[in-house]
Amino acid sequence: MGGILIQCQDIWKSYGKREVLRGLNLQLESGKIVGLLGPNGSGKTTLIKVLNGLLRVERGTVLIDGEEPGPYTKSIISYLPDKPYFAGWMKVSDLFDLFEDFYKDFERGKAEEMCRTLQIDTGLRMKTLSKGTKEKVQLILVMSRKAKLYLLDEPIAGVDPAARDFILSTILSNYNPDGTVLISTHLISDVERVLDEVAFLQNGQVVRQELVDDIREKEGKSVDELFRDVFRTVPFGGGVW
Amino acid sequence: MEWRLDDNRPIWLQLQEQLTRKILSGGYHVGEKLPSVRELAAEAGVNPNTMQRALTALDAAGLTVTNRTMGRTVTEDTMILEGMRAALAQDIIGQFYSSAAELGYTKEQALELLKRR
Repeated sequence: MGGILIQCQDIWKSYGKREVLRGLNLQLESGKIVGLLGPNGSGKTTLIKVLNGLLRVERGTVLIDGEEPGPYTKSIISYLPDKPYFAGWMKVSDLFDLFEDFYKDFERGKAEEMCRTLQIDTGLRMKTLSKGTKEKVQLILVMSRKAKLYLLDEPIAGVDPAARDFILSTILSNYNPDGTVLISTHLISDVERVLDEVAFLQNGQVVRQELVDDIREKEGKSVDELFRDVFRTVPFGGGVW
Repeated sequence: MEWRLDDNRPIWLQLQEQLTRKILSGGYHVGEKLPSVRELAAEAGVNPNTMQRALTALDAAGLTVTNRTMGRTVTEDTMILEGMRAALAQDIIGQFYSSAAELGYTKEQALELLKRR
């Protein structure tokens, strides 16, 4: 465990008139697996895109490993987007070439080994793969980098329970132990046991950030149950606007 | 080893209990080296830091010993193992009596039933 890896201070981001991040604060250490939890539309994907430099905030500071999002932070972040973005004509092995060109920290041997374990033929084109297999290939690419920060946007949303287990064990056994993994999801009960801590996102702010076992100890219930309670008690409209 | 984790209690505590049982029932022998934190965490499907916390608790209880060359091994102090085994047995007996009491049996009746089995 190390120092501070992510530091967000009072960040604001809106799409047109709609404010999505509303003065969000978040601080994460390295060496942790963190769940970014929140209902649909709470700002999870926006926050992840801000962290990896795809979006710029209007106000506030974002520091990753002490630097603002830019070429350096991109070199240490491995990002799994919420949608697949690869061209259908590309073979799995073409993607390996691409990642090898782009990222110094990509370990091709590791990616190939994971494909073998999963019996994915690297000679196949992306468009011939099933949705679940595509997602697995993407995750393999992302987890085969020796990154400092892994940003995984809904990595388990579209796959069956068996594949979910595979994905979680891939994350557990492949992340760089000095690195931090930030997983956004609303399928909490599936990921709860792999997490160190969770950050609850609501209306564009982090409303609670705590260790999973501390929550269980204090509340006598799982994070999943707590989440349901927290977001159930909010009246329609939130009363915050 | 099969891991069973329920929802309402801290995960590390449940890991610690299950590892303790495994050691006391001879699943790991006296002096045997335990798998690494990462191996155990992967097997249980939990966060390595959580597994680390459970193992540190085993160290603190004296069930395991960590040293630089060997890693983490089951203690060779059989007194400690015997003591903990006896304590665990007491727990199980206590649970038996209280379950029997819920069914309306006195301690004596429960013991009688146990003997006849």
